[in-house]
Amino acid sequence: MRKFFEKIIEFILTISGATTSIVILLIVVFLFKEGSGFFTHPEIENGYALCVNAGNPVNRLTPFQIKEIFDYEIEDWQAVGGNEAEIVPFRFDEIFSRYSDEELGEEYEFLPEKLGEVIRETPGIVAFLPMQYIPKDQPGVKMLPGENLHPADFFGGKEWLPTTTPAPQFGLLPLLLGTLWVAFFAILIALPLGLGVAIYLSELAGERMRNILKPTIELLAGIPSVIYGFFGLVVIVPFIQKTLNLPVGETAFAGSLILAIMALPTIITVAEDAMRNTPSTLREASLGLGANHWQTICRVVIPYSMSGISAAVILGIGRVVGETMAVLMVTGNAAVMPHSLFEPIRTIPATIAAELGEAPTGGAHYQALFLLGCILFLITMLVSISAEWISKKQAHKKGF
Amino acid sequence: MLETKNINFYYGSFHALKDISMVMEDHTVTAFIGPSGCGKSTFLRLFNRMNDLIADTRLEGGCLIDGQDIYQKSVDVTQLRKKVGMVFQKPNPFPKSIFENVAYGLRVDGVKDSAFIAQRVEESLKSAALWEEVKDKLKKSAFELSGGQQQRLCIARALAISPSIVLMDEPASALDPISTSKIEDLIHTLKTDYTIVIVTHNMQQAARISDKTGFFMLGELVEYNNTKKIFLNPDKEETQNYITGRFG
Repeated sequence: MRKFFEKIIEFILTISGATTSIVILLIVVFLFKEGSGFFTHPEIENGYALCVNAGNPVNRLTPFQIKEIFDYEIEDWQAVGGNEAEIVPFRFDEIFSRYSDEELGEEYEFLPEKLGEVIRETPGIVAFLPMQYIPKDQPGVKMLPGENLHPADFFGGKEWLPTTTPAPQFGLLPLLLGTLWVAFFAILIALPLGLGVAIYLSELAGERMRNILKPTIELLAGIPSVIYGFFGLVVIVPFIQKTLNLPVGETAFAGSLILAIMALPTIITVAEDAMRNTPSTLREASLGLGANHWQTICRVVIPYSMSGISAAVILGIGRVVGETMAVLMVTGNAAVMPHSLFEPIRTIPATIAAELGEAPTGGAHYQALFLLGCILFLITMLVSISAEWISKKQAHKKGF
Repeated sequence: MLETKNINFYYGSFHALKDISMVMEDHTVTAFIGPSGCGKSTFLRLFNRMNDLIADTRLEGGCLIDGQDIYQKSVDVTQLRKKVGMVFQKPNPFPKSIFENVAYGLRVDGVKDSAFIAQRVEESLKSAALWEEVKDKLKKSAFELSGGQQQRLCIARALAISPSIVLMDEPASALDPISTSKIEDLIHTLKTDYTIVIVTHNMQQAARISDKTGFFMLGELVEYNNTKKIFLNPDKEETQNYITGRFG
């Protein structure tokens, strides 16, 4: 009977282990499947196409060029590889101000014809039209071939404007750099602070002080990130705005500060463990040679625990890169290339959290967010792997 | 000259050393033997104040080096430790190169003259009979050496700061017989320049290398005399029993 129960429990444990692994695998597969679907979407809005005058030698416009043209930033065809001529952007609705409803017909049956007329008569035109009204077979009209979204435009794109027409901009760079920018300064703040506290805890603090401080620091790690964000929004953001006299307090700096506080417990605990693992025989050897306490810390304890300290830093980076809520709340969320610490920026996780609810399921925007998720996943995976690798190196080093 | 006067030492409430008085002459090798937990290592570590690192300990009595009480408030512990080198039970090189291991004591002492450091490193490695084996790989990690080589490196490291006394806490207990005999030969030659105090579990070793031997038991110094006398004709019955292997 007992054996039977043991068998059942064993079976349940096996099943739960297997299920967990499968679920994790499925999530990753789902993420990458959705993410890779991004590149199967057309560059311009689905169901639309661009037409130019047949005399125009231009055959391809990148999403960025299209956006610049319709924003009147590019005004001459020469800038996009054509002849010297003014560009006339034409949106579909403009046809209704040029022709009356009678001319277009009751069912808009004459609409394509009229559109063709406009395109024929305007040599510099680029028209953004719904597929169904495109004057395909008329003379003097050239439809630009709709290409799919290009990896180069995604990975090299400097603008993130996922809802602009005619061509949404899915540029990874502002978000990726925003993420790394905030993370970099967060670590820059957290590292000296964290190492200082770790050294104090492991080398200088008395037993009683450590017994108070360590649980407190570990408690910091357990505070929900929305609370950090709340604290940042109410305390840090106004403080930065006032002291630095900025137009807005929601800046990369606010994000870095909050993330630094959030990374501290990880950095402190891991680094402190590494330092306390320094064998007492090494400390004794150093002291026995006439080194004082500080020399022993700097010349023996820190070099010995260097790989543990590096692991602490990398784990801190991992914590910081993936953090969503607090950053979303305090960084201002402007998807621009970061120039200074005191401007709003936006990170990858914040973008996903903020936009996924609004993106139509299965659309280019939706899948772009999944692709961002893939990239975030790859970054954090890289971080964990390097932390693992470094701790392994440490284990190897201790083998004496 | 090392001298203790009525030393009593306590770990918390545990009375680890009981009323020990003895004198060790310069340029001699003194061995401490005795069963585990008898206090011989604790006694050894008094002379470079290593026991200071252990919380909740207490010392009574006098511990003198060349007539000066090393537990007086005015004594600078780091200066004391430069005069009294120590070699530990297990080889404990720093995670640094062979060269930097030996140079460590000089560097923490503030020596900047690299020519002098290089010279001291070479001399110390030669004194520790390791120079020939490592002279071509001084920049390599100390962990690449064998256990016996590492222990001789630790001896070289202790010698580099020119101590007058070298304390050795079972320096060969973690080594194979060949490495052990090398260390023993080394102790023999070091005697001309240093005063050596060694704790050992190995009675043959004590008999081979020491001039005087002290037998410890349960925190007391049972007998302290010339090594020959201790091993051939001890005064106390406990000593006789221990060296003949009847207990311990």
